[in-house]
Amino acid sequence: MSDLTKLTLAEARDGLKAKSFSAVELTRAHIEAIEAARGINAFTTETPDKALAMAAKSDERLANGRAGPLEGIPLAVKDLFCTDGVKTTASSNILGSFVPPYESTVTANLWADGAVLLGKVSCDEFAMGGSNETSAFGPVVNPWRRKGADGSADPTPLVPGGSSGGSAAAVAAHLAIGAAGTDTGGSIRQPAAFTGIVGIKPTYGRCSRWGIVAYASSLDQAGPFARTVEDAAILLKSFASVDGKDTTSVDTPVPDYAAAVGKSVKGLTIGVPKEYRVDGLSPEIAALWDQGIEWLKAAGANVREISLPHTPYALPAYYIIATAEASSNLARYDGVRYGLRVPGEDIVDTYERTRAAGFGPEVRRRIMLGTYVLSAGYYDAYYVRAQKVRTLIARDFEAAFNDGIDAVLVPATPSPAFGIGEKSGGDPVEMYLQDVFTVTVNLAGLPGMVVPGGTSSTGLPLGLQLIGRPFGEEALFTLGHVIEAAAGRLTPEPWWRD
Amino acid sequence: MSVDAATIRRVAHLARIAVDPAEVEKLGAEFNSMLGFVEQLASLDVSNVEPMTSVRPMRIKMRQDDVTDGGYPAKIVANAPSSEDGFFVVPKVVE
Repeated sequence: MSDLTKLTLAEARDGLKAKSFSAVELTRAHIEAIEAARGINAFTTETPDKALAMAAKSDERLANGRAGPLEGIPLAVKDLFCTDGVKTTASSNILGSFVPPYESTVTANLWADGAVLLGKVSCDEFAMGGSNETSAFGPVVNPWRRKGADGSADPTPLVPGGSSGGSAAAVAAHLAIGAAGTDTGGSIRQPAAFTGIVGIKPTYGRCSRWGIVAYASSLDQAGPFARTVEDAAILLKSFASVDGKDTTSVDTPVPDYAAAVGKSVKGLTIGVPKEYRVDGLSPEIAALWDQGIEWLKAAGANVREISLPHTPYALPAYYIIATAEASSNLARYDGVRYGLRVPGEDIVDTYERTRAAGFGPEVRRRIMLGTYVLSAGYYDAYYVRAQKVRTLIARDFEAAFNDGIDAVLVPATPSPAFGIGEKSGGDPVEMYLQDVFTVTVNLAGLPGMVVPGGTSSTGLPLGLQLIGRPFGEEALFTLGHVIEAAAGRLTPEPWWRD
Repeated sequence: MSVDAATIRRVAHLARIAVDPAEVEKLGAEFNSMLGFVEQLASLDVSNVEPMTSVRPMRIKMRQDDVTDGGYPAKIVANAPSSEDGFFVVPKVVE
């Protein structure tokens, strides 16, 4: 039998239907790949027995003609989605032994459609980070390595990006056919770019947030990782739903996203915002961007320069809003109802010791900054002002869309993947700059998709980002497929199997 | 704007996070770096702008005020560090 981990989701689905292999065989191939890839440290909890049991059920449904759209497809799930009976840690010591007695809506949708859970994958602690280095369970290693000038591999371990670093690494290394992630400021798109795969953050309200450990509720959104644009489209159809348990879930029917893949882009107008040509933009990122523009033009799209004037204010506004919401959301970790407790002299001392011991330094820093910007005397100067800036950023996009722009094309990241430890030691602001091209999308609540566009001079993947109108995901899949067809797919050398 | 040690200790207490006295200075430096970074927002004129309150313009959903879930105290306390007879146990709060 050929290596079943090489298949795309669409190929695996067709092979299962044609009985070329069973769901149990497909799942077993991925379990073996996971066992051989522990050096990547992608998984926080592996669930091989559960996966094989789910796959056996899938085989039954495939046999009696009741297969769902994701029947027998093995997936990895970010350890931020609550999974009934399976440990959910948010990669934090404060939730280190938490076993939810309920299932998040997104993952419930996936299992209802027949998917198989391979395990939970690592992320930055509470999704706060851009490199997966803030995880309490050690950094995830990017499946990609730099190439030297002579073409030889440089063994320096690189970050997979973050916060959904485990999800991205698992899919890029063929440990899972697809994965679930979440994106608050770029946490799906930046790791997708760093690992050479496809990732989409849907429109705010498209996927239910119910049962996902909250970071910043007005920015958080779930979305899929996959190795092809078509696979991401198939997954998003199952992720998305209208959910009464999330008051921000938008009451709009879920379209057949896969039908948008392969459509013509003739007549679509792409905006290229001049504000994203930031000072010091790396020539290699600028060249990638220009290449993307040429590919879309060659396929028949119109391309126009646009202006999104408030772009430079997005990152500072993001760090005020996200930390403020985090300080409120993470108040629940008090050592009383679940998670770690460190006993103190009284109840307040218990809270303070528990939270000091349970949260890592980045999470403590963000909670404290959020507490500060919400505190008496600073609320208007910081928080309200940031929410006003957010209105301006959303208006910039709205004006472009009203002016006939169907989607916006920008780079995904300012650089390729960097080394573990290279940016995590010093000033936290340096790491925050990773999100410069991605946070605007969260602030405006828009859909954004990253597709591999090529490789750097050091042989590392680089991503292009498409930003759509609200609920304009279908245009992103159509345009993303054009980029994918031109750029080709990227696969790392499997050094971890040595 | 510069944050002093007393402010760091006050914010830490508001956030219910114990801070090691040796950590205060480093936290202050990090705070000042982050506040310096967000300071650029002050240069924008936002006097006639409404703050964003809903990411997508939508009406808040209404539902019947009915009990639709619950009745499983054992599940609720299953993850508690300390519980007794279906209750969470905490240090004495009222003398």
